[in-house]
Amino acid sequence: MNLHEYQAKALLAEYGVPVPAGKPAFSVNEALEVADELGGDNWVVKAQIHGGGRGKAGGVKKVIGRDALEKAAGGLLGTRLVTHQTGPAGQPVHRLLVEHPSVVMRELYLACLVDRVLERIVFIASSAGGMDIEEIAAKHPEKIMKAVADPVAGLQAYQCREIGFALGLKDKQVTALARLMLSIHHLFCSRDLSLVEINPLAIGADGELTALDAKIQVDDNALYRQKALEEWCDPSQDDPKEHMAREFGLSYIALDGNIGCMVNGAGLAMATMDLIKLHGGMPANFLDVGGGTTADKVAEAFKLILSDKNVKAILVNIFGGIVRCDLIAEGIIKAVQEVGIEIPVVVRLEGTNVDKGRALLKSSGLKITAADSLTNAAKLVVAAVRK
Amino acid sequence: MSILVNKNTKVICQGFTGKQGTFHSEQAIAYGTKMVGGVTPGKGGQTHLGLPVFNTVRDAVHVTGASATVIYVPAPFAADSILEAAAAGIKVIVCITEGIPVRDMRKVKAALHQYSGVALIGPNCPGIITPGECKIGIMPGAIHRPGAIGIISRSGTLTYEAVYQTTQEELGQSTCIGIGGDPIQGLNFVDCLRLFEADPATRGIVMVGEIGGQAEEDAAAYIRNHVTKPVVAYIAGVTAPQGKRMGHAGAVISAGRGTAGEKYRALEAAGAHTVRSPADIGARMREALE
Repeated sequence: MNLHEYQAKALLAEYGVPVPAGKPAFSVNEALEVADELGGDNWVVKAQIHGGGRGKAGGVKKVIGRDALEKAAGGLLGTRLVTHQTGPAGQPVHRLLVEHPSVVMRELYLACLVDRVLERIVFIASSAGGMDIEEIAAKHPEKIMKAVADPVAGLQAYQCREIGFALGLKDKQVTALARLMLSIHHLFCSRDLSLVEINPLAIGADGELTALDAKIQVDDNALYRQKALEEWCDPSQDDPKEHMAREFGLSYIALDGNIGCMVNGAGLAMATMDLIKLHGGMPANFLDVGGGTTADKVAEAFKLILSDKNVKAILVNIFGGIVRCDLIAEGIIKAVQEVGIEIPVVVRLEGTNVDKGRALLKSSGLKITAADSLTNAAKLVVAAVRK
Repeated sequence: MSILVNKNTKVICQGFTGKQGTFHSEQAIAYGTKMVGGVTPGKGGQTHLGLPVFNTVRDAVHVTGASATVIYVPAPFAADSILEAAAAGIKVIVCITEGIPVRDMRKVKAALHQYSGVALIGPNCPGIITPGECKIGIMPGAIHRPGAIGIISRSGTLTYEAVYQTTQEELGQSTCIGIGGDPIQGLNFVDCLRLFEADPATRGIVMVGEIGGQAEEDAAAYIRNHVTKPVVAYIAGVTAPQGKRMGHAGAVISAGRGTAGEKYRALEAAGAHTVRSPADIGARMREALE
């Protein structure tokens, strides 16, 4: 789960990491109130969306004076911001972060995440702040430093000092960086995070370190014990269909094609998308209906797929293991009748009682084609779209 | 022959009296797995499915001599169950549970280092089966046949595809292992490749990978240097968009790394027989063995 920048900064501040003075605003009036509270005549207005690359996309505005602030806030709120990370539809701007501007002498990069191979928390730092880490890795791999936290002893101060000196920091700054990294390590562990990225970590006029921008991701599996963070979830940033799917215990991801997919199992769901592509079609979605495929779940899945108006045909691919194919076939028939599907539906069933299942589909009198193999199913559904 | 489990393996179930534990233990017993009991704290002394229930894994191991366990306890308690099994001397720990926090798995993996010879399978996996002998997990037993192919997979239903096709091709399976779809897991591809390479009954190996991480690339490096048996590999997720988690917690392309294309290239360079369609796994293995 992604947090907004203002939420990430609140969390960092709670653990003692310096962030610029600022507050979120949900309306132009609130933005003005925050500005008055902060004082001065200079502010930064930042659109709060989950996607990165906001600066280049016009989502961050430096303003002088209340009128300029009012104009900037009004111009951002209620719009959809399109960045290189959001896709062409962009993400809606419902919240702003109004901050004091910072004087920046140097920009560093700092991130904390779990390395899957090492199975440990690692810190990644670079003197090339402000750039995407992918860009740094490609252009200046020598500028990337890494510290691996011991799973029992945790991150040690000496590891932070090594990074600090390598970044060219001076005595007090090295101590400050160590304190900041140890705080982030503590925050990362105690709040079940999967990513903390501070980019840039700014060095100010007096040499002080400040988290100028922050991105935090929370481990979805741990939300049951991180209720406070779960409440920070902002579904407006997700595809509404993906959000709806979660409510029904389905795993759904929208894609650009026109062949809807309904599959049991995440791996098979991906494989089904690949198979459609391999045979010349384009999948409209990833959809895993999970293990216990019931008629209700199948009906919800059909409704979800049909809510995408690009969908011209549907491929259902179910490997009936523990659940028998005849029961699955009954579920599909019931769901097709209930939802009232007009477009072609190709069903590939395999597993226990497959013959009974296919016979049921054939005798249903509905617009369902039963495919006898994976390849055949993909070919049939691609052909159905071309007609 | 087979790897890790066979007809003599004594198996217990943690979370035995729960809905999942009960259903899948019944299936395992019907398949012929040597189930010897189960653990549900607080229900020790009872009998369930005709087998003794114990309060602790230590008690269960002491009385039954079990060397393998299957875990169906809910995610918040699963890490504790894995470590309880390891501390009690269990050697094959199969964790079916999905949704265990990454922090818990980091702790589990760090703590498991103190126990030698323990194989953790999963979590978030279908389990392990040696056809005709021992089924530990949620896979449908009926599609398997005793035979010569070792199967390793990160996905559940895709494993069944590979199993089904190798059964149709009359090759059968020596042992099938679902290593799970989580970012931090027990046995990985390399561990399983090593075991299958050393197993005389295994003539060929099917590897079903997916996007995310670099386990397939590590496997490719191992295949190049250490595996003499034919390996057929399929990678799911060629069409998966970047940055989206495709159902499994570990199936995500991040910062352009972990794509199916990269994995295919690594495996092809290592001499594995790759297939672009999951429907071709069985036929390709038959060809590779001829």
